[in-house]
Amino acid sequence: MRLAFIGRRLAMLVASLAVASFVIFGALYLAPGNPIAALSGGRSLPPSSLRILEARYHLNQPFLVQYWYWLDNALHGNLGISITLRENVTTLIASRAWTTAGLVLYASVIILALGIGMGIAGGLRPGLLDTSVLVTSAISAAIPAFVAAIALVALFAVKLRWFPALGNGTDLLSNVRHLTLPAFALGLSSLAIVARVTRSAIREEAGREHVQTAISRGIPRRQLVRRHILRNAAIPITTISGITIASLIAVDAVVETAFSLNGLGAYLVTSAQDKDLAVVQGISLVLVTAFVVINVAVDLAYAVLDPRVALGSRAT
Amino acid sequence: MSAAVPLPAVRPPRARRAGAIGMLVSTGPPGIASAMVIAIATVVALVGPLLAPFNPVLPNLALAFVGPTGGHLLGYDFEGRDVLSRLLAGAQSSMLGPLAVVVGAMLVGVLFAVISAWRRGAVDAVISSGLDILFAFPGILLAVLAAAVFGAGLWAAAISLAIAYMPYVARVLRGAALKERSQPYVAALEVQGASATSICLRHIVPNIMPLIVAQATILFGYAMVDLAAVSFLGLGVQPPAANWGVMISENQGGIPQGYPLPALAAGACIVAVVIAFNVLGERLFEQAQARR
Repeated sequence: MRLAFIGRRLAMLVASLAVASFVIFGALYLAPGNPIAALSGGRSLPPSSLRILEARYHLNQPFLVQYWYWLDNALHGNLGISITLRENVTTLIASRAWTTAGLVLYASVIILALGIGMGIAGGLRPGLLDTSVLVTSAISAAIPAFVAAIALVALFAVKLRWFPALGNGTDLLSNVRHLTLPAFALGLSSLAIVARVTRSAIREEAGREHVQTAISRGIPRRQLVRRHILRNAAIPITTISGITIASLIAVDAVVETAFSLNGLGAYLVTSAQDKDLAVVQGISLVLVTAFVVINVAVDLAYAVLDPRVALGSRAT
Repeated sequence: MSAAVPLPAVRPPRARRAGAIGMLVSTGPPGIASAMVIAIATVVALVGPLLAPFNPVLPNLALAFVGPTGGHLLGYDFEGRDVLSRLLAGAQSSMLGPLAVVVGAMLVGVLFAVISAWRRGAVDAVISSGLDILFAFPGILLAVLAAAVFGAGLWAAAISLAIAYMPYVARVLRGAALKERSQPYVAALEVQGASATSICLRHIVPNIMPLIVAQATILFGYAMVDLAAVSFLGLGVQPPAANWGVMISENQGGIPQGYPLPALAAGACIVAVVIAFNVLGERLFEQAQARR
């Protein structure tokens, strides 16, 4: 049964990626004018360059054949050539991927540590602490990443001068310093959502009959929290953490642009502004793949934590 | 031939329709306060350009980043335009964009949810897995892709976001519609010969309406954040047009110079409206769940 569940999720993964890649490639044909105009971003190119583009994208072949060639190339790590920089898209992307991966990872750590921590604290201690967790999280959940970005820069970079405002660092330590404000801006609203879900999950488990029984049996509080409450609350917490972390991939473009970071997201945006379609397609493909893979990984983790899931589909 | 036995007319039990006012009052003080914020934002969006005390697009570089003075409560922006006037004028595109996203996503989402619930079986399976596959595209990424292809603009972004949000809407509402579909009154109406369209439009959709309204409210907040983000990235509303997302990006330069007010004021407008939609939406959602 569990194998069937895993198989179904993996089949969905492949289907999702197939559809997403189809949309990304097909965007060429949705553009006003012909695909050559879309690929050149409306620039006037010499006939020799046009012929090269035509050959590279197999434009004289049927649509599905073109898609197949493009996908085959992409799977082999060849994402085409940037029309503005005349360089291999894969090389251009690879040099920027580390910034993005580091930022998303840093934000994920913040979300997990602070979000779950705040949620547990609020859930276990009703009263002032709980109320402040609720109010802070309700407000921060509504703060978009780019608003958080400018507020953090105004306070911590310009006023207090604790962190640099813009750009990447040079070595590991300065990289971490440079990525701290962006990571908080990226993670803030997700952190709040994770805190809220964690809090209500803890609350719900703490009110269960078996917990009351355990209390009356005189089980020490520490053990009670760890074995009886956290174990059961782990399921919704894992789901919401996974979903919010996956969603960071989309917001990443906004934060990188706000902090002038040299990552995939900011490059995606400038390429879209420059109508450099090959780069936009390449980065979209990478980011969507990461998004889908994280989502499927969450589903699988969920099935491991809660064996009942493997019997049906995800309960959300 | 036996005479047709007259069937007793079955009156489908309709959900208590509390009406818009009743629904709102029952959300309590936070809900009502949120509704008031939303009402103010809506009025400003409708008449904002008329309220603006100064020209929101005419630059005067001599006044760039000058702080608040008597007649200019929020000071001047990076091109010396009155910030308050730009905020008031910018409400229009900042509110209209999300409205378009919500209407688009809800119309198609409800349609898929109801068809899925009505036909059940294979049709439901196909629609449901189709929606699951669509989940693969985060809204902002789709909007950036659309901007690269069609050029920057509010409408391309709004349509992309509507497409990206639609599966979420359909997924939540499908469950509610399925529950409604299995109610005895639906079977009774079918026996009486009522058409599928009429049962769906006159009974199922009105009965899940509280949930639809709650979903739309929550979605508006998300749409506002994502659309403002797209405009912030320079791929949505184009300057010099006033828009809250655009105002944040164009006044970012003031922050290192110790002049964050124009950017923060626009950010505060977005946050206030989004909190209002979130709080009201969550309350309406709890109400809708409690009524079922």
